Amino acid sequence: MNIRRIALISVPYLWLLALFMVPFLIVFKISLSDIALAIPPYTPTLDISGGWTEVRSFFSQLDFENFEFLATDDLYWKSYLSSLKIAFISTFICLLVGFPIAYGMANAPKEWQPTLMLLVILPFWTSFLIRVYSLIGILSQEGMLNQFLMWIGLIGEPLTILNTNIAVYIGIVYTYCPFMILPIYATLIKLDGSLLEAAEDLGCSRTEAFWRITVPLSKAGIIAGCFLVFIPALGEFVIPSLLGGSDTLMIGKVLYEEFFANRDWPVAGAVAVILLLILIVPIVLYQRNEQKIMEAEK
Amino acid sequence: MRRLTWFNATSLTLGFAFLYIPMIIVIVYSFNESRLVTVWGGFSTKWYGELLQNEAFLDAAWVTFKVGLVSSIIATILGTMGAYVLVRGGRFFGRTLFSGMIYAPLVMPEVITGLSLLLLFISIGLDRGLFTIILAHATFSMCYVSVVVSSRLVSFDRSVEEAALDLGCTPFEAFRLVTLPIIAPAVISGWLLALTLSLDDLVIASFVAGPSATTLPIKVFSSIRLGVSPEINALSTILIGIVTIGTFAASLTTKRAVMRKDRERRLAEQ
Amino acid sequence: MPETAFEPWKDPSAKPLIQFRNVTKRFGDFVAIDDLSIDIFEKEFFALLGPSGCGKTTMMRMLAGFETPTSGTIMLDGKDISPIPPNKRSVNMMFQSYALFPHLTVYDNIAFGLKRSKMPKDEIDARVKEMLRLVQIEKFGNRKPEQISGGQRQRVALARALAKAPKLLLLDEPLSALDKKLRQETQFELMDIQEKTGTTFVVVTHDQEEAMTVASRVAVMDHGKLKQVDTPDQIYEAPNSTYVADFIGDVNIIEGHATTQGDTVAIAWAEGQPSIIGTPTRPGMAGKVSFAIRPEKVAISAEKPKDLNNVVQGKILDIAYLGNLSTYHVALPGGITIKAQTANSRRRARRPFTWDDEVWLSWTDTAGIVLDS
Repeated sequence: MNIRRIALISVPYLWLLALFMVPFLIVFKISLSDIALAIPPYTPTLDISGGWTEVRSFFSQLDFENFEFLATDDLYWKSYLSSLKIAFISTFICLLVGFPIAYGMANAPKEWQPTLMLLVILPFWTSFLIRVYSLIGILSQEGMLNQFLMWIGLIGEPLTILNTNIAVYIGIVYTYCPFMILPIYATLIKLDGSLLEAAEDLGCSRTEAFWRITVPLSKAGIIAGCFLVFIPALGEFVIPSLLGGSDTLMIGKVLYEEFFANRDWPVAGAVAVILLLILIVPIVLYQRNEQKIMEAEK
Repeated sequence: MRRLTWFNATSLTLGFAFLYIPMIIVIVYSFNESRLVTVWGGFSTKWYGELLQNEAFLDAAWVTFKVGLVSSIIATILGTMGAYVLVRGGRFFGRTLFSGMIYAPLVMPEVITGLSLLLLFISIGLDRGLFTIILAHATFSMCYVSVVVSSRLVSFDRSVEEAALDLGCTPFEAFRLVTLPIIAPAVISGWLLALTLSLDDLVIASFVAGPSATTLPIKVFSSIRLGVSPEINALSTILIGIVTIGTFAASLTTKRAVMRKDRERRLAEQ
Repeated sequence: MPETAFEPWKDPSAKPLIQFRNVTKRFGDFVAIDDLSIDIFEKEFFALLGPSGCGKTTMMRMLAGFETPTSGTIMLDGKDISPIPPNKRSVNMMFQSYALFPHLTVYDNIAFGLKRSKMPKDEIDARVKEMLRLVQIEKFGNRKPEQISGGQRQRVALARALAKAPKLLLLDEPLSALDKKLRQETQFELMDIQEKTGTTFVVVTHDQEEAMTVASRVAVMDHGKLKQVDTPDQIYEAPNSTYVADFIGDVNIIEGHATTQGDTVAIAWAEGQPSIIGTPTRPGMAGKVSFAIRPEKVAISAEKPKDLNNVVQGKILDIAYLGNLSTYHVALPGGITIKAQTANSRRRARRPFTWDDEVWLSWTDTAGIVLDS
């Protein structure tokens, strides 16, 4: 019986150790190595057959040079900053777009709600790549958006939207919107309608009741939604590379190019390590918010 | 309380228009006669025909299907085990590390997961191809399965399992005869999620796929970098259609099940 | 027809079915069961009674095999059962939540344990049908648990646990999920089934009324220890501590100082008041004691009763009319309030007393019980 238990625990455990933990340690190790014209393209490589001295010389060759390089080269810290900025602004726009939708859903007639819910989930199951692709045709110079804006006479000349940061914002908001809507909807639907009636009874206007009751009580959902958009947006690769221009700096794209185009594995490793360090803060905050929601439900 | 004010109606209309218009345009233009993607040249299904003749796409689709099927099955088995260990495993050495490893891949940027797995495969000298994509997909989707299954495990009464032991089941029999049938819906939705994630994945696959195996998303990505094309519109339409039918079928089945349960509950009260 | 009383615990030659020998169970720092020893005999209907967290559920889970004692031994039929896993024990349990398998029909739920024991198919069928009959749910064999009512579920759980004819049946708060009326009916059915099957029942409950009704013996527990193990009437009429007296039913407790006077003790309890005369629970009681008396044993009258040792005067503070009974809260000099209960045996009787009436309370020398405090 005990052997069964050990087997049950160790199979998924060892799998994750081998295919999640070990790879990450390798990334960390390579980020401390130097680039070399070899296969694999970095040095030192560990050769255990060389015994203890080999291991010691291996460790003595590891250093933080790549991290110093990241700090001194403009490209990298600008990319981190620009990723943070893009993720932050698009999260905010997502909130502005998502909250009214979630609010409308929560206040829609009861028999509509399952259908509306389905309509929000459907894009979630649809291929991410295809959803990004669907924007390309719309945002291009002769695309639908420009045609529409010229038709209503708002602009005379077609605007360049595709391959700019604006397209990246639109892309993130479009693809990650369901992540914002669902948690906010989940908190709004639980909101007791009699609270608003009580607020109005006590002299609040509709708008006041919204700001003083609805918004504070849906805070947990808003925070959850923001992190669910912010965290993946920060490391996003597909959207900047398909919708963004050559001057769009996002760290996911930089990492990809560093690795494949420049074949500088040690620097790519260092970029990944720093990105993870940056991500720890929002992830911890998100976890804390989730715990608060769980406790509130108990 | 629940009434449709003009504000709500507007925000719902605009919101869903925003979510759906781009996809609808893709679908409409997949039936466009003209190769020009911005000019309507009349109705035609010729791009579907061309798509079905495109060997490269068909090969990639076949690879994607194989990867999705195998990796989602592995992920479902491992993920269910992981969920069981998390919820029912009690204390063991390194439990915190284990739960961390279950949750971390959910928030890990795909570029990092892809990069780290690729470096692993290189350092152990594993040739990149179908097998490495399957390993990579099984690893990150097992974590999603674990989360889905463990939320079901947490919510069901532990004494049902104890009752099975009490009535003479070995722990394994109790799992097979009682726990598994009860958590089956969660296991199935976990499997569907794993399958979708695998079929969808571009970033991780493009790191760990070798020249011998190209998945459909990799193929689509490299072709849309060159711009919009009617074949991709046709392909998108097919994929959107499959997802739509699947989602609606699933929601209809659950709705039926809920209605049946309601009826039975009323029967019980009589 | 004279019937020999069922009292194996009084027979020194009787062999107990279950023996707890100095059993202790700790969960981390928390001591759930504290050096507990007890014998339970075959065919007993034994109730473990106590507030939540007193360790009664832990005792039951140790019998079922879901917990193992930290120290001490538990014997079933003279054999140590600690190394036997739950699925190999001839002990079955009826769970508080019933724990019915939601994906199986009522029939398959009851057959579940029998199938595990590799019984031939036709025997299983006969046994399941017998069980369905026993708990009177023959009609519902093909339904799923969610398609039957709460009371029916309780019966399925009972039938499922009894199907394997265990030596010992454990019942965890068996009736707590039922409403009051159904609970009272089911109590008698439970006793009936226990008698018919001759199975030993151990029931865990926090409901004293339930324990008193169904059990042949009741064990009152607190903080992992047994406070008293006795028949229901003894527990009620002769509690061995103020804890037991207070836990079971309603009681007045008066603190005082005792001196022995021949066969009785005199308890000085308030200055300027005559001592209470009571019967000691052990010879030579003296010093600080608690005098416990049930409200229904305190008589209330307008006139001072004669020929009684224990008579006090007081003023009515409150009257609780419960239909069948009325309880008077009477303030005595010295700030003590005593409850006195009278049965409302006549329908249109004028209520004899009202608020603020001066009344006399009285009781006989043997009505109360003197306990060490």
